[in-house]
Amino acid sequence: MKVLVAVKRVVDYNVAVRVKQDGTGVELDNVKMSMNPFDEIAVEEAVRLKEAGKASEIVAVSVGPQKATETLRTALAMGADRAILVKTDAKVEPLAVAKLLKTVVAEEAPDLVILGKQAIDDDSNQTGQMLAALLGWSQGVFASKVETGEGMLTVTREVDGGLQTVELKLPAIVTADLRLNEPRYASLPNIMKAKKKPIAEKTPEDCGVDIAPRLTVLKTEAPKKRGGGVKLASVDELIEKLKTEAGVL
Amino acid sequence: MTTLLLAEHDGKLLSEQTARTLAAAAKLGAPVHVLVAGAGVASIAEAASRLDGVAKVLVADDAAYAHQLAEPLSALLVSLAPNYDALLAPSTANGKSVMPRVAALLDVMQISDVIAIDGTTFQRPTYAGNAIETVTSSDPKLVVTVRGSAFKPVGEGAASAPVEAVAAAGDPVLSRFIKEELDAAERPELTSARIVVSGGRALGSKEKFEELILPLADKLGAAVGASRAAVDAGYAPNDWQVGQTGKMVAPDLYIAAGISGAIQHVAGISDSRVIVAINKDEEAPIFQLADYGLVGDIFTILPELKDKL
Repeated sequence: MKVLVAVKRVVDYNVAVRVKQDGTGVELDNVKMSMNPFDEIAVEEAVRLKEAGKASEIVAVSVGPQKATETLRTALAMGADRAILVKTDAKVEPLAVAKLLKTVVAEEAPDLVILGKQAIDDDSNQTGQMLAALLGWSQGVFASKVETGEGMLTVTREVDGGLQTVELKLPAIVTADLRLNEPRYASLPNIMKAKKKPIAEKTPEDCGVDIAPRLTVLKTEAPKKRGGGVKLASVDELIEKLKTEAGVL
Repeated sequence: MTTLLLAEHDGKLLSEQTARTLAAAAKLGAPVHVLVAGAGVASIAEAASRLDGVAKVLVADDAAYAHQLAEPLSALLVSLAPNYDALLAPSTANGKSVMPRVAALLDVMQISDVIAIDGTTFQRPTYAGNAIETVTSSDPKLVVTVRGSAFKPVGEGAASAPVEAVAAAGDPVLSRFIKEELDAAERPELTSARIVVSGGRALGSKEKFEELILPLADKLGAAVGASRAAVDAGYAPNDWQVGQTGKMVAPDLYIAAGISGAIQHVAGISDSRVIVAINKDEEAPIFQLADYGLVGDIFTILPELKDKL
């Protein structure tokens, strides 16, 4: 089974994101960037499939600027075999990313594509589902467990109120939720080896995909802040306040 | 100009998320049709028809929709789409799974997790709630998911909308439902509960979580939530997680016990009316947004609170 994994370069999850004063977006200058955490889980799952003898080859793909090669190197250091960068400095929306990935799928013919369930920058949670739709493939999104079978996958999904298990016909799309696995840290020898692994580059034009955005962001603001309240001295005072002042009991 | 809203239900009951999404749909200013898709869902359709602001209920009663699988459900929505200018669903696990599939099939860029609508502009949180974007779409149709906690549910009973059966669209049979393991729902559902009691890592163990949080929640008739740290540590099940990567809640009263207040968690509770924080660390960030704070030991405060209520 050949596996394709999609990864995105995003603001590191430890960075306290600040909105620009002029409302044009968030501060991205000199901010630490990393692989989207959900994509790390996706890569880890692919590597585990390979280690278990279920996957034959892992191809990592990213859509983004030249610097996204760093993210691809991380995927290669974790265990992907080779990588493809669809290079663009433009902001690419999930629909366009899905279209670009579709062209990569057409060339690479994987049996399974694993993606993170959402990117922690735009929080859209769309790309995997959209790719599945464009390919006419089955989807198992928000996966917490993946088991392989003959021509199919069994995927346990995190749904409201518990877990749902579905069987997917291959080829299929899986998106990784938080508890699918714990991604490894790449070892130094693997990081060195990753430097020699190939990264192919192409552009959206090469793919024949129009990536013009459909949404216009009119402004970006910081969320309304809740004012801090008061600190109380005792449980009795709390109950009193909740009953009289707040009226919620 | 009509809006189609995908109803959220569990096969037995209509979810309150539907009434909340209806409030969002009303802001588009067009008549709203509600689609109830499932197997044996006549009573759910009937419940939907009583919600205020519904012009018509469409029922697709077919075994293919019994488990809300995205592949057949998106095919159904796409088959109905030519009659509509906007397709909406709540940002539930189902909505998030189905709607992007619909959007891609219609060649539309979805607007996810909307928290406010003003005519043709939409507000949505990004960066775990640290930035709110105001966006507008150039697509000929809108596909939108709605964060229910940001909208008050519409009322019901003013009138009863007509209910009409629609034909099932072909099922591509790409996936098959195997099983579902859902928690026994003896407590109110987290996203619609009036009171939520949440525990954090400070509880220290699954046993202590159950011993301290559950009795207090049950006394208050509250839903139970947990911080991501508590879930990761195994004190509480995954679907109790409140926060940007878990559930967004907006109760009248939110009690955070032993939760420090990571941005990720705060993003999920900031629409609550009253927030109470109980934590032994008086510097904990949760106190910056709590209306009422108690600095002290949760192991003595929680039982005392339960007993005195």
